[in-house]
Amino acid sequence: MADEVILLDFWPSMFGMRCRIALAEKGVKYEYKEEDLRNKSDLLLRMNPIHKKIPVLVHNGKPVCESLVILHYIDEVWSDKCPLLPSDPYQRAQARFWADYIDKKFYDLGRKLWTTKGEEQEAAKKELIDSLKLLEGELGDKPFYGGEKLGFLDIALVPFYTWFYAYETFGNFSIEAECPKLIAWTKRCLEIENVSKSLVEPQKVYDFVLQLKKALGIE
Amino acid sequence: MAKLKIIVSATSLFCTRIEWALKLKGLEYELTVEDWDKGKSELLLKSNPAHKKVPVLLDDGVAIAESKVILEYIDEKWKGGDLYPLLPQDPYERAQARFWAQFADDKCVFGTWGACCAVDALEKEKAVENALESFAYLEKQIEGKKFFAGDKIGYLDLVAGWIPHWLGVMEETGGIKILDAERFPSLHEWAQNFIKIPLIKECVPPRDFLVNYSIALLSYLRSSALNKP
Repeated sequence: MADEVILLDFWPSMFGMRCRIALAEKGVKYEYKEEDLRNKSDLLLRMNPIHKKIPVLVHNGKPVCESLVILHYIDEVWSDKCPLLPSDPYQRAQARFWADYIDKKFYDLGRKLWTTKGEEQEAAKKELIDSLKLLEGELGDKPFYGGEKLGFLDIALVPFYTWFYAYETFGNFSIEAECPKLIAWTKRCLEIENVSKSLVEPQKVYDFVLQLKKALGIE
Repeated sequence: MAKLKIIVSATSLFCTRIEWALKLKGLEYELTVEDWDKGKSELLLKSNPAHKKVPVLLDDGVAIAESKVILEYIDEKWKGGDLYPLLPQDPYERAQARFWAQFADDKCVFGTWGACCAVDALEKEKAVENALESFAYLEKQIEGKKFFAGDKIGYLDLVAGWIPHWLGVMEETGGIKILDAERFPSLHEWAQNFIKIPLIKECVPPRDFLVNYSIALLSYLRSSALNKP
């Protein structure tokens, strides 16, 4: 019996993009379902009643929620090809630590860049730059966080690139100027077809944020 | 000298779960306890520069931080044969355990702590309501089972393991009630069963010590909140 795989997602979500890349890397055929977050589907509310958020991976009717949990799941179920996590326990711990770090920092700090002004915005900008620099340091001289190939941490981080243009424009700074090695790494990732076809265009994300600001009444 | 060391604080509920995991695996370890009065140690700042927080596991000098990351590390490095498994084998069950562990930490721990710290009556009431909602989800997860992992304890039991000991202290010092035996009978029974396990019980800090620490911390946090412009 063939696997039934559905991804409940929302096009600009960095967390959704993570799942798209992982599924592509594993060669898994799946149905992509776009959610309207202002009008969540019955399926989403049934599959993620606790958080009511995307992404949700529905595998043969059973839901898996939270993007990093989904990445682990995809890696463990479709284990025959393209391992996302390295085999060494310490390397695995490092990948998980930094993915968790990204989740603790980037989304909220990034959000402050387009929802706040003045001192609060400046503080968020500084903290985001410091966090990006830390992550850039972790890369070192490796082509990818996964070593020679794309890995778990690359997949966790690269979707945030699609939001960089929005962050830079609203925050009035250049991430490339602050973290040139990180931007070089994103360019290497974008050369990989499974990555470039899973990510959305930064300009579209920027336009979306503009619309969102209007809808939320933020200047 | 022990190859395994954990940098801990005397009171942190995130640290004890690491001790439990190492004991379940039959591993010897040493504790190095932070003295917050002296400020964070050089060792801690060097071992976890990103967050500067406990716990940190030092495995032959190599540092691993973030308690749930450490638990998975321990489970993956010491596995097979007779070694005690923390996470289940099946990928879907593993996904469930990870999801609920994240939920338990994000919503139950911080939800309870938020309710403790709240000073304003209305704010406190809302915070308690939110915490109760989160605990209701956890109650559903344990219903019909002796432990979250089944007949024996596992990863999610360790992550939720603060509840039998630390929660009571938070309730008493924070002036709130969360774990009501009537409202959450399964969770209540799980807590009794969990804390009875000898290797669990022997690692928890003395209750009085936790109470005194909690009172001092809450008083400090509340007065800083009141002093905010």
